[in-house]
Amino acid sequence: MSVNNTQVKHIAQLANIPVTEEESIDLADDFTETLKIVDQLKKTEVKKTEITHQVTGFKNVFREDIVKEEQSFTQEEALANAKATYKGYFVVPYILQNKDN
Amino acid sequence: MPYKLVCGLEVHAELKTKSKMFCSCKNDPFGAKEPNLYTCPVCLGMPGALPVANRKAIEWTIKLGLALHCQINLFSKFDRKNYFYADLPKGYQISQYDIPFCHDGYLDTSEGRVGIHRIHLEEDTAKLSHQEIDLDDNGELEKATLIDFNRSSVPLVEIVTEPDIISATQAKEYGQKLRQIMRYLDIANCDMEKGGMRLEANISLRREGKNELPDYKVECKNINSFKFLEAAINFEVDRQTTILQNGEQPVQETRGYNSTTGKTFPQRSKEDAADYRYFPDPDLPPIEFTAEEIETIRKEIPELPAEKTARFINEYKLNEKSAKNLAINMEQALFFEKILKEAKKENLDSQKLINNLLNGKIKFGFDEETSSIISKFKTVSSSENIDGKELQLAIDKVLNAEEDAVAKYKAGKTVVTGFLIGCVMKELGKKADVIQVKQQLVATLS
Amino acid sequence: MKLNELTLKESIDALDKKKITLEEIYKDLDQVCQAKNEELNIYLSINSKALAEAKKASKKPLRGLPIAVKDNFCTKGIVTTASSKVLDGFIPQYESTVTERLKASGGVIYGKTNMDAWAHGSSTETSDYGRTLNPRNPNHLPGGSSGGSAAAIAADFAVAAIGSETAGSIRQPAAWCGAVGFKPTYGRVSRFGVIAMASSTDSPGPIAKTVEDACILLNAFAGPDEKDGTSNKEKSPDFTSFLGQSIKGMKIGVIYQDVKEIKETNQKLLKELEILKELGATVEIVQAMDPHQAIGVYTVVQRAEVSSNLARYDGIRYGGDRSNFGDEAKRRIMLGTFTLTKGYADRYYNLAQKVRTLYLNDYKELFKKYDVLVSPTSPSFAKEVGASFSSPMFGELEDMLLEASSITGLPGINVPFYRDEKTNLYLGANFIAPMWREDLVIKVADAFEKNTKWNSWRNK
Repeated sequence: MSVNNTQVKHIAQLANIPVTEEESIDLADDFTETLKIVDQLKKTEVKKTEITHQVTGFKNVFREDIVKEEQSFTQEEALANAKATYKGYFVVPYILQNKDN
Repeated sequence: MPYKLVCGLEVHAELKTKSKMFCSCKNDPFGAKEPNLYTCPVCLGMPGALPVANRKAIEWTIKLGLALHCQINLFSKFDRKNYFYADLPKGYQISQYDIPFCHDGYLDTSEGRVGIHRIHLEEDTAKLSHQEIDLDDNGELEKATLIDFNRSSVPLVEIVTEPDIISATQAKEYGQKLRQIMRYLDIANCDMEKGGMRLEANISLRREGKNELPDYKVECKNINSFKFLEAAINFEVDRQTTILQNGEQPVQETRGYNSTTGKTFPQRSKEDAADYRYFPDPDLPPIEFTAEEIETIRKEIPELPAEKTARFINEYKLNEKSAKNLAINMEQALFFEKILKEAKKENLDSQKLINNLLNGKIKFGFDEETSSIISKFKTVSSSENIDGKELQLAIDKVLNAEEDAVAKYKAGKTVVTGFLIGCVMKELGKKADVIQVKQQLVATLS
Repeated sequence: MKLNELTLKESIDALDKKKITLEEIYKDLDQVCQAKNEELNIYLSINSKALAEAKKASKKPLRGLPIAVKDNFCTKGIVTTASSKVLDGFIPQYESTVTERLKASGGVIYGKTNMDAWAHGSSTETSDYGRTLNPRNPNHLPGGSSGGSAAAIAADFAVAAIGSETAGSIRQPAAWCGAVGFKPTYGRVSRFGVIAMASSTDSPGPIAKTVEDACILLNAFAGPDEKDGTSNKEKSPDFTSFLGQSIKGMKIGVIYQDVKEIKETNQKLLKELEILKELGATVEIVQAMDPHQAIGVYTVVQRAEVSSNLARYDGIRYGGDRSNFGDEAKRRIMLGTFTLTKGYADRYYNLAQKVRTLYLNDYKELFKKYDVLVSPTSPSFAKEVGASFSSPMFGELEDMLLEASSITGLPGINVPFYRDEKTNLYLGANFIAPMWREDLVIKVADAFEKNTKWNSWRNK
């Protein structure tokens, strides 16, 4: 299937990637080419096949409910790589909209 | 009213595990003295960090599901819910999509049964706050959003009802009973002021007599008390009724509740479910329980409020109001049951005993010995133990003597009751239980 | 000969016999890196405290020897970028489990090696910090995404190296650089602290001068990790215990002989595999499921997981904002997002995961009859500089012969099996075995290496 640049712009929004108009056209071509190869998958007979999400087959991997301070950061370590902090908080420009929570 | 309420509730509750959902950080966002104290690579979404599930949180979710009569999915998994927001460090929330731990349960209220559609487990987001701060150190204040990740990845259980709720009072009762159950199970504190329990209501109306679900719903958020929940629902019912009566359909949207004005207001359009691109989290192996393991969890469930209340009524001959009161929380119920057991053994009047304790006639402390309380009751009772016949004689005598007062009472001036009680007490010549006297006096007069 | 040209085993032995010292090794190593790193662009950063750390570790299993580490391993206090401008200057305050164990075993992180940005590639040409050149022939690429680590081995810029593979990223650059690349079973090595690409296939592993070296290094960091829910809870074996063993009676299946595009490479491989027959194994051609389909599976699954794994890079808690992503990263994130969207998830993501099952089943059947399977690692020799820009699917096409074993989590080792006299470029053979059966691939790869002349360190 082919993808047009309007679709690309919508995907870019979902993916939170800034794209220019020009980039969206190039990307549309790239996608179309990639999807050509991927579409070959459709030739495979999979009607009775299960989905594999994990190859290990592991199940029930848990942690016990114990606090392990040695695995935690100090406040300083947590903030060490942030561009903007304020009194122990991470800072971003004011978010106008309220979303789910 | 030509329209009936169709309402479903979504409740989020923070589980009170010691550590977070997917990492070993301390779970105490409200108690942290500073922001970003309880974080690690995992709950901060650092590169290369990996989640590992908290077993206790899962067991508690199943426990809650069993307490609410749910079916348990023996096979379950965690899925990634992908979206971008400043409070979501990984750019996705680990949640459950199509195979939640629990489904198809119910909770009974005095106004009917509320179906529980599903219960699932997920991680909480960070906390955002908005402040004006001097961002660039230039002396000027700018509006900014501050982020605290202490709350990030705290285990959150989400309980979604069917759209079975038919009144604001029922919604409130449901919320209170749900909270009570979670506290009984000791899995969550549900302190709404601390954000430990959050409510969302989906509200629509349908014509009287119709059974199909309306094809719109209004989502109300930011409701942080049961009182506000009731008020918000009532407001919405009015608002939506007006719109429908005008021949229009209410807009499908998300609205917030303003407790000052008592009104809801539009927040943003509820898109028909944003595309969250759910897929099973490849970092978390799936979960598979055996039926035996579920039974083990079930056995850990203590007697819940509904059962306990019913049993108090039957076993100790209490009235419903008292029984409910005693069962309000587990500690209280255990405390009072010790007393009731003793009272039963000694053949004492349990209802009277409870009344005296609850109305303050007998003073006591929650750390007091059962024996001490029982003896207090006996003291109070003996001085008041008036034979019914003896009391009736005294009453009859007084009523005969005080014809004026009786006439006034019969004419509706019940204020004379106090005077008549006093006469009876005088006539009896000994300390009597005012309530007992009053009851019998009033019964005689009617 | 310079001391940095010794293998890991030779270095350990020489140190123990006091024939050489750590200072001498580091001196030779520093010299060669200073002379050639700028041209080859192997290291993005070099650890100035390496020798000091080495001296403190001299009694430990790895004796303080210098190891090259791919720059997608979070190393505490050392800049980690995954070769992307988004993480320019990022200094992790935590250590990946692999490098933590490496250090505990006495290995010293000599430097962080270049890679395709975010491991999105098979050339190391898509690094935001410039391409790495193939030390065997600098007009050619080293492969990728662990191209820097593989080149570090080929150039003797370290005694051993660590890379990671999602689908080919250890074995293919090892093949292009004439080195040994060992991708362990998925779940054998902890992924904690490795910048995630495709969570369901990412496998850290050694790139080394010999199969023996790879085993020594793998011993240092393989094994269960409570911080990685997908890591095997069972303890790992001593991988060196499988070296030097007879392969008599082993059944080896040669797959992909029917893939038309690689006819020449296939012929060369078949000839070289004769030695295994002489050593007592049976070697038979057998048909496996068409590897072309694996391209589709891998492309979809990997991009889907990538789109989600890279969502955390929003510039708030670390790194720069998302406009810093390079073109390849942008493409992959967006295509991944697309294959997960409503209406397309079934058509692409779910379908790909079903075809993945078919590959699992195919290998299951094959391994009933064969102990080990082998094919060329790469369709041909290392490509020329600039080649990766020829197609948005360059990487996937180059890794076609490896994708099936990657998406199914199998262990695989690349060993060189041919060298072109004129170009000095290599071809590699990929030996694979069932999950958790590293013993089988080690046995065969080790026997092949020791009984042929293609390993440039064993045959100086």
